[in-house]
Amino acid sequence: MNKTVSGAEEAIHDIKDGMTLMLGGFGMSGLPEKCIAALVKKGVKNLTCISNNAGVDDFGIGLMLKQRQVKKMISSYVGENAEFERQLLTGELEVELIPQGTLATRCMAAGYGMPAIFTPAGIGTEVAIGKEIRNFNGKDYLMELAFDADFAIVKAWKGDTMGNLVFRGTSRNFNAVMAMAGKITVAEVEELVEPGELDPNFIHTPGIYVHRIFQGENYEKRIEQRTVRKRT
Amino acid sequence: MLDKEGIAKRIAKEIKDGYYVNLGIGIPTLVANYIPENIDVVLQSENGLLGMGPFPYEGEEDPDLINAGKQTITMLPGSAIFDSAMSFGMIRAKKVNLTILGAMEVSENGDIANWKIPGKMVKGMGGAMDLVASAENIIVAMQHVNKAGESKLLPQCTLPLTGINCVKKIVTELAVLDVLPEGGFKLLERAPGVSVEEIKKATAGKLIVEGEIPEMTV
Repeated sequence: MNKTVSGAEEAIHDIKDGMTLMLGGFGMSGLPEKCIAALVKKGVKNLTCISNNAGVDDFGIGLMLKQRQVKKMISSYVGENAEFERQLLTGELEVELIPQGTLATRCMAAGYGMPAIFTPAGIGTEVAIGKEIRNFNGKDYLMELAFDADFAIVKAWKGDTMGNLVFRGTSRNFNAVMAMAGKITVAEVEELVEPGELDPNFIHTPGIYVHRIFQGENYEKRIEQRTVRKRT
Repeated sequence: MLDKEGIAKRIAKEIKDGYYVNLGIGIPTLVANYIPENIDVVLQSENGLLGMGPFPYEGEEDPDLINAGKQTITMLPGSAIFDSAMSFGMIRAKKVNLTILGAMEVSENGDIANWKIPGKMVKGMGGAMDLVASAENIIVAMQHVNKAGESKLLPQCTLPLTGINCVKKIVTELAVLDVLPEGGFKLLERAPGVSVEEIKKATAGKLIVEGEIPEMTV
């Protein structure tokens, strides 16, 4: 079962205007750089993007925002991004801010085939407005629905041609949960290997969840907050 | 009166041997520097790491290794990495023993506001709403009054809430206070050189002062 495609352009060729996309990564860590670049080049518009963050001005989803390809962002933290702020203030961009755990768990629910989850996050806040509240064992929980995304686009460290994925460090973040949650999941990897080369005991995402895979070249892997300590 | 480092030092004394701890951005991050060496503590970073270590040496930064504040970090021996859903799973399931975070306002019934100021650009709540809704033990690290000189310890929060009835303890530059289940800020300790009167003046919510209030040791 070979899921290899030639590259980012082929992997995203059937993404159309108005679709809903999940994009993995936390800050700049684990961003599907190659697919974002291909989406910018393709110029698809009116996208709804589910992603923890919205990139910075010149990297990540920020590049798609610059081209005004995004109609709506669903995120937990949108950080420092001047173009994002401008579009939000002028009403060009719609933003739905949701708690980070809710975001992750709504992805997880989609990947586990569950229509909804119950979480205490947001009880008593504006996040709860209009949502069903259920009480279990004396505590209130919000009902939150599983995401329904046309495509999930993730970045892994290694993958094999059957779509099995291994992530590195904290770049696993939303990538592993979103990989399970797309109707079509596209994985870009730093190193694509043959079946059998990855140890089955250490696969993070089984290939059944992944529909298309390719190896990206020359990853930029930017650092957002470079913090170091002095050698003593 | 304490500076930011002093607040962090005092909070570090609340951390017990065997705790898994989540540290928020700002003063809470500084707490890591003052955890006593004779206790075993594991730091959780909600982007998917248990066992967070200090910042890397220059030249050893790894873009695949960051904390929830997007800073480059290191891992200690025995670390474990997981995805974002599992990360908030362990928070929701109360496996994380202590959450330390900053706040703009705390009310006398333990409500917290720390993510949004109406009229200002909103960046988002990140993981704060998940943490405060689930953690059993929440300590807030903050200044007692805001830049306009107004108390941040209030009868009721005025800003949009992050969570309700959740804050258990507050450490400010002036004092250590418990938030009582029945409501009210119970004064436990004074910062060095700070009088009970000064704390009363800086606290808009119900302040409970019983007996002699000791000066804290940091």
